[in-house]
Amino acid sequence: MRVTVRVIRRPDIADPQGATTLRALHDLGFSQVRSVRVDRTLHLEVDGDDPEAVRSAVDEMCRRLLANPVLEDFEVEVTE
Amino acid sequence: MRELPPEEDALSIVAQEAPPEAEPAHRLLGLTDEEYRSILDLLGREPTPAELAVYSVMWSEHCSYKSSRVHLGRLPTEAPWVVMGPGENAGVVDLGNGWCAALRIESHNHPSFVEPFQGAATGVGGIIRDILTVGARPVALWDQIRFGPIDHDRSRYLFGGVVSGIAWYGNAVGVPTVGGETAFAETYSANPLVNVMCLGLLPRDRVVRATAGNPGNVAVLLGAPTGRDGIGGASILASAGFDATSESKRPSVQVGDPFQGKKLIEACLELYERGLVVGIQDLGAGGISCAASETAARAGVGVELDLDRIHVREEGMDPAELLISESQERMLAFVVPERVEEVLEVARRWEVDASVVGRVVAGDRVVARHHGRVVLDLPAASLTDGAPAYRRPYGEPQWMEDLWSNTLSMVRPPRLGDALLRLLDDPSVASARWVYEQYDHMLFLDTVVGPGADASLTRVDRAGLVVSTDGNGRVCYLDPRRGAARLVWEAAANLATLGARPLAVVDNLNFGNPEDPDVMWQFVETVQGLAEACTQLGVPVVGGNVSFYNETEGKSIHPTPVVGMLGIVDPLPEQIPRWENVEEGDELWIVGSDPTPNLAGSAFEQVVFGHVGGRPASTNPTRGNSVLGLVRRLVAEGIPVALHDVSDGGLLVAVAELCIAARIGVGLSYSDWRALFSEDPHRIVAVVSPADSHRLVDAARRQGVEISRLGTFGGDSILLEGPDRREAVPLEEASAAHLGAIPRRMATSHAT
Amino acid sequence: MSPVTAVVVFPGTNCERDVIRALRALGGEAEAVWHRDADLSGFAGVVLPGGFAHGDYLRPGAIAATSPIMAAVRRMAGEGRPVLGICNGWQVLCEAGLLPGAHIANRDLRFICRFVEVEVVDTDTVLTSTLQVGQVLRIPLNSYEGAWVDPSGEGRVVLRYRDDPNGSQGRAAAVADGRGNVVGVMPHPERAVDHLTGSTDGVPLLESYLAALERLPVHA
Repeated sequence: MRVTVRVIRRPDIADPQGATTLRALHDLGFSQVRSVRVDRTLHLEVDGDDPEAVRSAVDEMCRRLLANPVLEDFEVEVTE
Repeated sequence: MRELPPEEDALSIVAQEAPPEAEPAHRLLGLTDEEYRSILDLLGREPTPAELAVYSVMWSEHCSYKSSRVHLGRLPTEAPWVVMGPGENAGVVDLGNGWCAALRIESHNHPSFVEPFQGAATGVGGIIRDILTVGARPVALWDQIRFGPIDHDRSRYLFGGVVSGIAWYGNAVGVPTVGGETAFAETYSANPLVNVMCLGLLPRDRVVRATAGNPGNVAVLLGAPTGRDGIGGASILASAGFDATSESKRPSVQVGDPFQGKKLIEACLELYERGLVVGIQDLGAGGISCAASETAARAGVGVELDLDRIHVREEGMDPAELLISESQERMLAFVVPERVEEVLEVARRWEVDASVVGRVVAGDRVVARHHGRVVLDLPAASLTDGAPAYRRPYGEPQWMEDLWSNTLSMVRPPRLGDALLRLLDDPSVASARWVYEQYDHMLFLDTVVGPGADASLTRVDRAGLVVSTDGNGRVCYLDPRRGAARLVWEAAANLATLGARPLAVVDNLNFGNPEDPDVMWQFVETVQGLAEACTQLGVPVVGGNVSFYNETEGKSIHPTPVVGMLGIVDPLPEQIPRWENVEEGDELWIVGSDPTPNLAGSAFEQVVFGHVGGRPASTNPTRGNSVLGLVRRLVAEGIPVALHDVSDGGLLVAVAELCIAARIGVGLSYSDWRALFSEDPHRIVAVVSPADSHRLVDAARRQGVEISRLGTFGGDSILLEGPDRREAVPLEEASAAHLGAIPRRMATSHAT
Repeated sequence: MSPVTAVVVFPGTNCERDVIRALRALGGEAEAVWHRDADLSGFAGVVLPGGFAHGDYLRPGAIAATSPIMAAVRRMAGEGRPVLGICNGWQVLCEAGLLPGAHIANRDLRFICRFVEVEVVDTDTVLTSTLQVGQVLRIPLNSYEGAWVDPSGEGRVVLRYRDDPNGSQGRAAAVADGRGNVVGVMPHPERAVDHLTGSTDGVPLLESYLAALERLPVHA
């Protein structure tokens, strides 16, 4: 099955990369942009038939490796 | 999860469970009942939540040195060249050529355990801003890092993360990392040590003070917007008036931004050059409340802050959060009103955010307003000089006698060559190239000697600033006083190998729980050892940091003082001794002697026999000073091709390191094999060309220092010739062990 | 008066002082120019020095490539004047489309700071005109995103690593545009101009650059 994992910096944690990108967009005249946050997306292909089982395995992967719970939240989407 | 130490950045710790509601707020914040009563007396009323939060930070061990202050006074701090000593943001010494050097060391142990990458990165950022605060351009960094055994997954994860974090921040902020030390030992398994030291340079007439100056001055907050970084406050946020369950108030790890840090450096240096600021203070532990109270107390004035004018990253921050936020890359500058516009203009040009957040007033109080309401009003000095100071009980632990009598009944190992290879392969003794090649150590074009040598040499005009950082938890555990003294002598020996005489010491004292009399004894003994050795060498201590509560489940780490020493060689020697310059036919000598080799605490006993016990030898100032004097003279006269101090692993490892660096073998003869492994700090390995050996002999005779010839370089093996046997270690094997020890183990590493 | 080089400073650039110092030590003249200045008239050439422009955020060089000064850099490149990007400066030139390809993280995903050996493979550029093909130079590398990739195959490799420190395509350590006046180089020539700090092999590279400045007249 295909699984998309989005690793998102927790909202209370500073995101200098997003802040710098926002400033650059404003410099380029895109003043309508109010905020930028930079995420990481991982695309996994996982063996298995049961979407719930796959999801819970990937949740565990996120907790163990893919996301750093001190800094990041994650979202898991099982697509097929 | 380990017990949370009420020390450094105690507020930046990941969430704990909500404490029971019955517990009074001050205790949740780590303040004792007695301390709380002092606050009531000081204020004559109940503190506001913001005030309580600020006291809890400023009276914490980390900010107030309440357990260590009464002892630190024993360190020698004065010398004619000291411009600023302990208690300032950095020590400053006069180099005598129009320049001053600023030096400071700090620990970031706990944050690095919670999040190794950001913990180490923000440690680098913080120390750089301390140096910047005294008016200096930060020009070099050193890192002293210690972890559990490298074969533990967790240790490798922490080690890899810390090194990446240092590289990421240091490289990008544009300050070269030119040295340090990496060690692995069981005692640091659940409590890694990350100590960072920074050197800055400033013109003699530009020293900046952390002062608010006169009433009427304006306070300008420069740098990153303020967020909830470092507000952990498990305790704080659970206290009355806060909602511990609120998602938005979860404690946060500080995130470093080297880009912001770099802009702040350039902006501040321009402010200094143009004389636009009266005083400045970086925002570290305790945030703006700490910066405002320190600068006010120092100037004997009051400061009024308008919290609504702080530029923020997050909406809805409450007053306590604004006051103690530890958001990184921020400075609080004090400016006369007529020049505020110029300051803001400089900030704009460097693309640094700035806001006018307060003003200096007559009196002695720090007052903060939020939405027009006074949320904090207290005497500035009550946060600094008014903080409690404890004379904690201490006494020699009963187990010291057992430790000292637990000597290894020493039999000669069957093959000394195997012992050498095991030592070279030990990750604490092995080459740290894997670490330092991840750090930019060449920026500014003045790194004449970089990492991987005994000391670094940074060129300043025609002179060289020579720096060494040294720690050894094993020896200090076996005898804190002797161990600490040895570190000072070892650092001085490292300086001497580049011809430098010591100018200043900074120390980072990493200890366990000070409420344990055993730990407190280790601390007091350590300070005594440092004081004695620094006095014997005539070098002042210009600053330091104390990190207590390095403990896990009630077990404290080995006492681990780290000594950073700055020296000068002026002018630069014509021939700078370098390990890689050794050539075929060069002679191997030892300057100084170790007539009664003592292996207690040596890497040899630890690595080869797994033994830590016995009592290490004491240092000998007479022997030490005469050896150092001779070695400095030799360098000044251009005699040695290479020099290497004898420390971790002993003489044999030192010689092997020369061989590995120069890619050449050696024939070495010995009479007592123990002297090959003892770590007596008053010996220095010297390599001279055959044509110069008579100059070495003459100089030694004139100075009355014992020297002996040990062998000759050449061939492709390390040949050991003893009274009754001969062994050869192929150079290739020695190199593979030494250079491969860390990369080989890290190659199997996976993030956990 | 000798021709003057503009050394572009983006916020986060950190090698500008080193480049200026090295060029001056070799008899050249150089001045720092802030990235918001849009005017480079009067300058004979331009160097984009190393560092971490805009923190390397988003992609190294990506934000810097949108800076006001880049239009002027582009004009100079079009006029055939020497344009040299060192390390991060090369990344900026790629992001700005002045050189082909892009940079990705080193093969071992670690920052590399050490001396490397490079071999001269093309001498028809502003960086290498005083050198011989086959000459080997020892210069410090100092980068994380140091591996160059070029799906187009248009880049002219100027210097090639003798070993393969970072996985760069074709072991490219420096690449030029078709005319040879725009060059990007990953190792730092300005860090190899003094025996005391390890090497002087950067000298002929910077001398080639300085010699190229003399070729076109400068109009104010």
